[in-house]
Amino acid sequence: MTRYIVRRLLTAIPTLVAISMVIFTILALAPGDPLAEFAVNPSVPPEVRQRIRKSMGLDDPIPVRYTKWFTSIIRGDFGYSFRSRSPVSDLMMQRLPTTLYVIGTAYLIAVLLAIPIGVISAVRQYSVFDTVATTLAFIGFSLPTFFTGLLFILLFSVKLGWFPMIYRATIDEPGLRGLWLKIEQAIMPITVLALFQTAALTRYTRASMLETIHQDYVRTARAKGLSELTVISRHALRNALIPVVTIIALSIPGIFTGAVITEQIFRVPGMGSLLISAINDNDTPVIMAITIIFSALVVLFNLIADVLYGVLDPRIKYE
Amino acid sequence: MDRFEELQQAVLKGSLSRREVLKRAAALGLSASAIAALLAACARQEATPTQAPAAATPAPGATPAPATPTPATAATPTPAPAAQRGQGGLLRLLWWQAPTILNGHLAQGSKDFDASRPVLEPLADVNDAGELVPVLAAEIPSLENGGVAKDGTSVTWKLKQGVVWSDGTPFTAKDVVFTYQYVINEATTATTVGNYTNIQSVEAVDDHTVKITFKEPTPAWMGVFVGPYGYILPEHILKDYVGEQARNAPFNLNPIGTGPFKVREFRPGDVVLYDLNEKFREPDKPFFAEVELKGGGDATSAARASIQTGEVDFAWNLQVEAQVLKQLEQAGVGRLIVTPGVSVERILINMTDPRTEVEGERSKLGVPHPWQSDLKVRQAYALLCRRDQIADQLYGPAGKATSNILVAPERFVSKNTKWEFNPDRAAQLLDEAGWTAGPDGVRQKDGKRMEIVYQTSINPVRQKTQEIIKAEFEKVGVKVQIKSVEASVFFSSDPGNPDTYAHFYTDIQMYTNGPSLTYPIDYMISWWGDESNIPQKANNWSGNNIERWQNEEYDRLFEQARRELDPDKQVELFVGMNDLVIENVVEIPLVHRNGVSGAAKNLENLELSRWTSDLWNLANWRRSG
Repeated sequence: MTRYIVRRLLTAIPTLVAISMVIFTILALAPGDPLAEFAVNPSVPPEVRQRIRKSMGLDDPIPVRYTKWFTSIIRGDFGYSFRSRSPVSDLMMQRLPTTLYVIGTAYLIAVLLAIPIGVISAVRQYSVFDTVATTLAFIGFSLPTFFTGLLFILLFSVKLGWFPMIYRATIDEPGLRGLWLKIEQAIMPITVLALFQTAALTRYTRASMLETIHQDYVRTARAKGLSELTVISRHALRNALIPVVTIIALSIPGIFTGAVITEQIFRVPGMGSLLISAINDNDTPVIMAITIIFSALVVLFNLIADVLYGVLDPRIKYE
Repeated sequence: MDRFEELQQAVLKGSLSRREVLKRAAALGLSASAIAALLAACARQEATPTQAPAAATPAPGATPAPATPTPATAATPTPAPAAQRGQGGLLRLLWWQAPTILNGHLAQGSKDFDASRPVLEPLADVNDAGELVPVLAAEIPSLENGGVAKDGTSVTWKLKQGVVWSDGTPFTAKDVVFTYQYVINEATTATTVGNYTNIQSVEAVDDHTVKITFKEPTPAWMGVFVGPYGYILPEHILKDYVGEQARNAPFNLNPIGTGPFKVREFRPGDVVLYDLNEKFREPDKPFFAEVELKGGGDATSAARASIQTGEVDFAWNLQVEAQVLKQLEQAGVGRLIVTPGVSVERILINMTDPRTEVEGERSKLGVPHPWQSDLKVRQAYALLCRRDQIADQLYGPAGKATSNILVAPERFVSKNTKWEFNPDRAAQLLDEAGWTAGPDGVRQKDGKRMEIVYQTSINPVRQKTQEIIKAEFEKVGVKVQIKSVEASVFFSSDPGNPDTYAHFYTDIQMYTNGPSLTYPIDYMISWWGDESNIPQKANNWSGNNIERWQNEEYDRLFEQARRELDPDKQVELFVGMNDLVIENVVEIPLVHRNGVSGAAKNLENLELSRWTSDLWNLANWRRSG
């Protein structure tokens, strides 16, 4: 098992290098200018803008730029943002807690809701519960977050005035009131994300469970006279969870890198909004840092998912 | 209510900071007025010791304060609500573009100038009428007081006495000299350097006098150390961060300034939190104790938050469609503030041929456009633009139709021009020019078809404008192909990208432009015909004359205006330049754009100015009622 993990980790390195090369090249080839806003501003003459471009190294050939970036990244240095001229790692550390809180909570809620709903739907297939759950899941699955987000703002912020539409990561009020403010402002973004993810996960759980409960070993377990609860939880659910675990594990990197659209709509200052504003501003060092971290997390959680298979299903062995 | 009294006692004993008070008062659920009273008491505690030196040396006539009470009221025993520093509590601002750096000289957009302004100050700022208002200067230099040299080659500023940086170090003329050295150093890569390149030297005559000598007579002397491009930097903090070190300065994210506020916390791309600066030179200001400048999101929801729900007190630059704004204001708790702008949305007409490639470049100077080099064709284009329809339907409160390219300041606005929409006359002009309708309805001459490409940046209002213009052009037989380019590409200075506005590889294009100085010579350079000023391969497409239009008379007026010191002659020159561009239809001005902001109804004294940052007067902002 250990050898397997080590081998997988070693093969991850060339994968990551290849990913970084591709992303860097695409970014370098994409047109754009960090100083575009000053284009027609007479106080910022074109020569000045070109000098600043040059000082950022934007006029160097792509291989030279990539080598510079690569040598600093292996030293753990993500470089400086073109925009704020501050270290990229600082920017990310400011955003990470918010993203983990909002997206992480949404994900946790989704998992906690989706698995029981999916299991009950499967066990009581075509019951009223199943029909309602399936309908809701399809609604949640087919409504994009930008639509539900705007709908929530119009309903709960503008019409009813229950929740603020602007998220503040800097609330420092002490005590229960401060805590409530922090929760209150996160309710809408968390609900929007949780709705979407619950819907998707419910469908997976239900499908996987339906497949399992008709297996022979489940019938055997029933024939042994085990209680229905034991049959479902120990024999059926454990096997049914294998594909669900993969999906959950593979979506965990998303918790770190944020939800671009939802964060933008609610002005949540997380990694997703950092990424999208960096893309709009052509802030290459920030885009590279976030995408490379995301890639590394995807590779890592792929490995974790594979290892978890072995734990959940003793038939699967690695060597 | 005993908790309140406890708190009040603590405040009066001075054992609690203002922020502590705010926190505890809010926790107690006190009403706004009770908190204000507490803060007032608090402000008295904090203001008295630190403000003594500043109050002891009042510079007569130095305070720019237009109508606010004198500092004396701060000393009265009862908290006079009109003059208490910090009694306004928290002010919430919303910028839908988030600031990323707080050093104005390294700004990447106007958001950064704005977010620096509560902390950093120029010598003077510019009010909406285009008049200079002293900020760090004691008075505005003029010919009469001898501040401006008679030959226009130098200007001498007298600085306010007793001003200190928020860390307590005195502000002197040396800081002004340092700011010049910081900006002018090429390795600093200051975005503001353009205004400073015409300076010969900046010297500190004494601690409170600074003399700027220019390389030539400069009527636009207000381009330096004034407004958003002129923030003064502290030498004692930044002296080791000039040149390549500039980007590493912690100052960029946490500036030390002379302004009414100081930064408590800054998260680039998200939010800036400011606390009032206890060492601010005017003891009764600012009215607000804290300011939160939240960034990000989009203009429409910013309009909602400020006008409809009142979640923020002020929202910047609401570029939102006319109907949406009207609808929000009707139902809302806030108001729209419309400030006439300085800029004009216009169509530029290419004088060179974008189709023929000569020596590796298109739109090359000396290769005339096959039909747009004919004045009659250009006149026809202008007659086909329904400016009122575009202004009323697409811009609403944010713009009005115009016939001038120079719309501010007032004294330079030409009254000689007018515009009309007249497709019949346009068709007649095109016929006269020899471009007659072909079998498919498209005009042609000598085998050439009148098909034009019309480009602009991606923006919903611009795309709708394109549709309106295209419809009218096609009715008279000019075929229009619409092209829209992502803004960060269109406005890029990338010499390798053919889709930028400076390459101008299309027949016509559209964007907004306007002066940044009240002596708008920096803007009129856009039509100066000198070859170095025309974007081309040789200069990496870095000139200002995008249309590649050359006119000897214009050049003569422009070169004279650069040095002209006589106010009446200046008017003559600028009006003349504007009229030449209009008569020759080099550009078709469409809409004079206004600034639109959203504000709480009880927010007063904003004095928004078209010439500078929205926050220039923040020290005087207040909340009524």
